[in-house]
Amino acid sequence: MPTLTYRDALNQALREEMQRDTNVFLMGEEVGVYQGAYKVSRGLLEEFGPMRVVDTPITELGFAGVGVGAAMVGLRPVVEFMTWNFALLAIDQLVNSAAKMRYMSGGQVGVPAVFRGPGGSALQLGAQHSQAFESWYAHIPGLKVVMPATPADAKGLLKSAIRDDNPVIFIEGEMLYNVKGEVPEGEHVVPLGRADLKRSGGDVTIICHSKTVAVALKAAEQLAAEGVEADVLDLRTIRPLDTEAVLASVSRTHRCVVAEEGWPFAGVGAQVVDIIQREAFDELDAPILRVTAADVPMPYNKQLERAAKVDPAKVIAAVNSVLYRSGQ
Amino acid sequence: MSTKVVMEALSPTMEEGRLVEWKKSEGEAVAVGDVLAEVETDKAVMELVARAGGTLLKQVVPAGATVPVSELVALIGEPGEPTENGGAPAQEQATQPAPDRNRPVSMPPAPPEDAANEAPGPVQMPGPGVESAAPAPASASPGGRIKASPLARRIAAERGVELASISGSGPEGRVVARDVEGAATAGPAAAPPPAPRAPARAPISRAEGPFTDVPLSQIRKTIAKRLTQSIGPIPTFYLTTEIDMERAWDAREALKALGEGPKISFNDIILKAVAAALRQHPACNAWWQDDHIRYWNEIHVSMAVAIEEGLITPVIRHTDVKTLREISTESKDLAARARDRRLKPEEYTGGTFSVSNLGMLDIDEFTAVINPPEAGILAVGRIVERPVAHEGQIALRRRMRLTMSCDHRVIDGATGAEFLKTFKAMLENPLVMVW
Repeated sequence: MPTLTYRDALNQALREEMQRDTNVFLMGEEVGVYQGAYKVSRGLLEEFGPMRVVDTPITELGFAGVGVGAAMVGLRPVVEFMTWNFALLAIDQLVNSAAKMRYMSGGQVGVPAVFRGPGGSALQLGAQHSQAFESWYAHIPGLKVVMPATPADAKGLLKSAIRDDNPVIFIEGEMLYNVKGEVPEGEHVVPLGRADLKRSGGDVTIICHSKTVAVALKAAEQLAAEGVEADVLDLRTIRPLDTEAVLASVSRTHRCVVAEEGWPFAGVGAQVVDIIQREAFDELDAPILRVTAADVPMPYNKQLERAAKVDPAKVIAAVNSVLYRSGQ
Repeated sequence: MSTKVVMEALSPTMEEGRLVEWKKSEGEAVAVGDVLAEVETDKAVMELVARAGGTLLKQVVPAGATVPVSELVALIGEPGEPTENGGAPAQEQATQPAPDRNRPVSMPPAPPEDAANEAPGPVQMPGPGVESAAPAPASASPGGRIKASPLARRIAAERGVELASISGSGPEGRVVARDVEGAATAGPAAAPPPAPRAPARAPISRAEGPFTDVPLSQIRKTIAKRLTQSIGPIPTFYLTTEIDMERAWDAREALKALGEGPKISFNDIILKAVAAALRQHPACNAWWQDDHIRYWNEIHVSMAVAIEEGLITPVIRHTDVKTLREISTESKDLAARARDRRLKPEEYTGGTFSVSNLGMLDIDEFTAVINPPEAGILAVGRIVERPVAHEGQIALRRRMRLTMSCDHRVIDGATGAEFLKTFKAMLENPLVMVW
């Protein structure tokens, strides 16, 4: 199986889907001539031409609206936002048009569009460019929210997202584009709404997604050295959420930590905790703990930024706490 | 500092109690465990016991007064101590938790909080080699609530372990799963003390534990939901049959002719047959528990007894392993004490199936109301000679009609009918009971 970067796995998914279906097209800032701010669209303009790889002006609300309209008349647009921080300008199109069109037209008009781009914080990009918005979009009925953590999932989930008949918010990890991993060739499709057990333990469940998957795996590795085996459950799709996988793991381990890159208040983890307490109350041997970013705008200062982010040490501390175990 | 004596919840449903009679007068010395007063609850007359020693300083309420649970009734302290508000703050005497309707009655009641309030000590699991590992009891909050994780509670309930007897190793003494698992395997040191009024003979246990909890299947959930919508909240249906009592009559006459032991009543025979038939049809020996069904491995038959103010259902524990003679003696004793309102809560709770008999009042047949969470009750009519077809001829035979009320969420028509068929076969040929 070939080893690809996360960015090339996304590129492969786009290329294969554009070859497979001529209704699929890509648009966004710098996706054509510049081949993408993060080079996800490398070689696509050359292969598919300017009708299907469209450079847009710096007008997020405008081109998101064009994407919604194109989807309404039967095309399958993939709209790239340079980052999800910039997509704040387009949120009216996503929330009020894309998410509601099928409902408000009585099922007559769907919006089979994918809105994609990097989310979360990178390194020292400051408060306005270091934000995780998945809980915002997951809050909206009518939107699916997908967040791959590995190159193979990036390819398989993007293919599913493009084929889905509903609007999909596809949030990539800015720090994940260079991550390498084995990616199956050709028809590799990962269904939406299915979580993935990235590591199987049995003492505790660590629920995570996107960048926190790597953090959780690192924490699990260190915990294993201390004799604690963790289930690391990658949600992959935030909405629809794989309730079954969450409950199956927690029912096995009876203890749970939920990690996410976003802020604590009303975050994705809050929803996960709600499901567990409701559906698996009698399985719990300890309160569920969440590990999130600090509840502040992301500091620019390097040390403060590090302190504000989720890291393996914080996950380990939470695991120790739910295991009623003093830290090593 | 004086100790406040409050009205205790002496029965599971008690909200207030009538102080029938003071057993200690003001100024009299009181030791821990002394009976201070007799209190009439909603079900019985019970004793209010001193949980602190000293002198009974003041009877705050007069005999005959009705007092809500946890209201002040008396003060205990040193002679001469002030008893008005100007004095030192009185300390509330710890109350014993009310018996739990859902706790299997073969277990002892939870220890009083006095014991539970002892420091839980350092966090440690009782190791296998520790002889004196009488575990520090779980920490209980002032309300008597034991801190335990949901999983620990579930495991404790499944294994019949008393949470109050377990030392919690979690934060603030929270009992967690490993503590319950440790307690369940710790052996005699952690085992609860023997139950008061234990049956004379160890009950034959044919399955692990006193009961088996079975989660509801989808079809069971649907049946429960639909039928409750129709007839609620207990969707009851009725099965009626008529039983030929000639042989049971002869058997009773023969026992009477022996002239020894208690006088066996037909009700005793019916109780015995119900227990024997339940042993063959465990599906009818069950409790509806909202999200699951508790199939009891033990058989405790409740019998409805009419008393002056209404009725009460004393329970004959382990009915199936008792002889007819034992059942007869016990039912007479329970019925007599029920009429005097001298039953303890554990003597009228925890039944798994009920029998109500109005035969002695000349009722032909009737329907009885289910006693939840039990799922079935038999309503027994009188034995009367009726002309019936018998061996090709019309003959006068002693016949008895009875009707079983079934909670359809637990018992289906065919299930109840199979039970009744066995029961009928036993009464029509009493030897089948010991088959």
